[in-house]
Amino acid sequence: MNDLAIRSLSKSFGGVRAVNEVSFDIKRGEFLALIGPNGAGKSTCFNMINGQLASDSGEIWFEGTKLTGKKPREIWRLGIGRTFQVAATFNSMTVIENVQMALISHANQIYRLWRPAASLHRERALELLAQVGMRDAADRPSRELAYGDVKRVELAIALANDPRLLLMDEPTAGMAPKERNDLIALVKRLVIERGISVLFTEHSMDVVFAFADRIIVLARGRLIADGDAKTIRDNPQVREVYFGTGKTFSKSEASS
Amino acid sequence: MSFNAFLFQAINGLSTASGLFFVAAGLSLIFGVTRIVNIAHGSLYMIGTYIAYSFATKLGGAFGFWGGIVATALLVGLIGAAIEIVLLRRIYRAPELFQLLATFALVLVINDATLWIWGPEDLLGPRAPGLTGSIEVLGRRLPTYDIFLIFIGPFVLWMLHLALAKTRFGRLMRAATQDREMVGALGVNQAMLFTGVFALGALLAGLGGALQIAREPATLATDLIVIGDAFVVVVVGGMGSISGAYLAAVIIAEVKALCIGLGIVHFGALSVNFSKLTLVAEFLVMAAVLIARPYGLLGREQVAVRSVAEPEEPMRPATPTVKIAGLVLLVVLVCLPLIAKNSPYTLVLGVDVLIAVLFATSLHFIMGPGGMHSFGHAAYFGLGAYGAALLVKWFAAPMGLALAAAPVLALCGALLFGWFAVRLSGVYLAMLTLAFAQIVWAAVFQWEGLTGGSNGILGIWPAAPFDSRGPFYFLTLALAALGVLLLRKFLFAPFGYAMRAGRDSPLRAEAIGLDVKRVHWLAFAIAGAVCGVAGGLFAFAKGSISAETIGVGRSIDGLVMVLLGGIQTLSGPIVGASVFAVLQDTIMRSTEYWRALLGGIILLLVLAFPSGIVGGFLKLVSRRKAAS
Repeated sequence: MNDLAIRSLSKSFGGVRAVNEVSFDIKRGEFLALIGPNGAGKSTCFNMINGQLASDSGEIWFEGTKLTGKKPREIWRLGIGRTFQVAATFNSMTVIENVQMALISHANQIYRLWRPAASLHRERALELLAQVGMRDAADRPSRELAYGDVKRVELAIALANDPRLLLMDEPTAGMAPKERNDLIALVKRLVIERGISVLFTEHSMDVVFAFADRIIVLARGRLIADGDAKTIRDNPQVREVYFGTGKTFSKSEASS
Repeated sequence: MSFNAFLFQAINGLSTASGLFFVAAGLSLIFGVTRIVNIAHGSLYMIGTYIAYSFATKLGGAFGFWGGIVATALLVGLIGAAIEIVLLRRIYRAPELFQLLATFALVLVINDATLWIWGPEDLLGPRAPGLTGSIEVLGRRLPTYDIFLIFIGPFVLWMLHLALAKTRFGRLMRAATQDREMVGALGVNQAMLFTGVFALGALLAGLGGALQIAREPATLATDLIVIGDAFVVVVVGGMGSISGAYLAAVIIAEVKALCIGLGIVHFGALSVNFSKLTLVAEFLVMAAVLIARPYGLLGREQVAVRSVAEPEEPMRPATPTVKIAGLVLLVVLVCLPLIAKNSPYTLVLGVDVLIAVLFATSLHFIMGPGGMHSFGHAAYFGLGAYGAALLVKWFAAPMGLALAAAPVLALCGALLFGWFAVRLSGVYLAMLTLAFAQIVWAAVFQWEGLTGGSNGILGIWPAAPFDSRGPFYFLTLALAALGVLLLRKFLFAPFGYAMRAGRDSPLRAEAIGLDVKRVHWLAFAIAGAVCGVAGGLFAFAKGSISAETIGVGRSIDGLVMVLLGGIQTLSGPIVGASVFAVLQDTIMRSTEYWRALLGGIILLLVLAFPSGIVGGFLKLVSRRKAAS
């Protein structure tokens, strides 16, 4: 069965059709990479799925529930976790409090006024931090963390509501190559253990080809290819959008 | 009312609109480029009226009047440039809240300086030479000077437009309004640009003030009245938009004129006196506009300016040392009646301090952890005070019931106002909360039949056994301690964490299932209710309550208390309120110029101790620790 189904999704900004009639599916447990050059519409697509942007037309379905028109927090409650392109935490809290906040929200305890929040779900939060290798930093102020560590904490937060689908917009942006690989390997291991489906965008082709089960390619708002690593690598249209055709500028322009 | 009379009021409104436009345009220009909301803009207008008065009376004649107006505008422009260079330049990178406070401190200083130079009397200027007559319009007499004012507004608007469109300075200003960082990156001398803009804005304010002397006397109350009006105009028109400012000025002036024109209207058995609505009308317009168009009629959503405020330390539960210190403090406070047996005034001051602490702590609750900078916390103080006082006055309610009603009424007000306020942020939220507080104040001030207006309600004395100093002190201490501890408890509970999460990053908070607006709305309501208790206690402590005590001044006092103690610490508002209340008490009794002194203290605070008393102390301690 399909976990997530995108049907004819479109979004324009002014005259620019950022996402144009895009349709695709994610199957349960699938690790799906969404790639494309800058400005292809990847982030727009993401932000429509997570509810941050309203789509102009088209539908998004998750396990038989329609997501279009829902708010980000409602989508989260349906079991969809997410991480942000630019990672950040709640800066006035410690690392573990960040995770506890998500756990408290998941347990519908936000409006409680009495018991100290620091005592709630601490064990579970430590467990999640251990899974991303951040247990030792649990009681440090989160604003002191290095960027790579912030990404890990964000992953722990995203896993707090036991999501069945994880949306990751450029999870490794701003990281060193070694860190990138480690983080995606970690995500891959966690999702296989838990049977989570993942949709992620990524600039590093090494990461994409090494880990993705399937790859879809966006260019200028349109979906131009869908398949495994080899199919994508050999697709002439994909090559064209990444390397160009050499015909964009004429010789006279280039020499002038 | 006849159609002609209505039209006449509308024409009259246009001449008022010009005056409003001058102040608002300057305010808007300055905000657009420097991102500073200059509360002292009304003060610049005010000194404009005084300086023009001096020119017109000392020099006399047409030259003294008309030449004086031009000279005044230039002079106020120079004063503006001086203020920018000496003060504002140091705080461009400070958090928004500090900028607001610094300019408010200027209001206090300028007001006392004016008092010192020109004295407390209202000064009525001469009539405008050459424009003393009037012409007949629609069967009524309209002064020619008003007609002159009607035309000069649009004329200045047109000139400003030309200047913005055609000159290099104007282009730079527009560019800086859109993207200040980019303009800086392109090598533009920002210091010069900012000084220039501030001088231009001040010049417009001075011009507006100078033009008024032929219509209204120069008075010391002008500054806050004008800044209130100007804020409304700028916020309604959209921050940074000159055309918006004119449009809004016309709308506000017309609505006011309409209210005066309508007078008393009977709706069946109900009769409404619309002319009494003028004080509220503009704030109602503003509230309506902000709700429908959060960035004003012609405004745009603002690009967030990067704040360089120091990040906040995570909240840690009280260490044993802190707990012991708190306990010792409580014991000392309980023993205070014994310690101060020989100076009964100590207990009176003690009650004042405790009420201030409760007031400041409730404000800090939404300002610090909630990140909502309310400029109208006096509203909930006032609702609490009047809730209690009205019950006593009209229903002879016992004290217990009246004190219980105080937080309930404040809670209702906070629920209503908060619902709108949490939909905005930053300066707009500050202005909307201010508007709501002004509505409460104006309602109290004008509804004389119910509230006694400016005379207030007298004879709200506590009942036995609290009718003497000692027991009432204990009651205040108990309620204040309970309120402060409850709010602290809430902050450590999941709800308090959710508040901070929503402040730190609304986007992320929503992405983990938090309804940020709802959380902040409830926080607003809780703070309002606790503040209502402070208001109720205040009414009984003083035995009376009047409109004056719940004005904008009290809201600002609250802000100063919180910042004085340090906004990023939980004990900050307690320390800040105590120090402020004691200081205010001693300064007010020792000098006539206490406003200037208070302003000086605020400026010192903003420039030298931006993290407040407790924040500064903690930093000192941590530096010691690091050194050893």
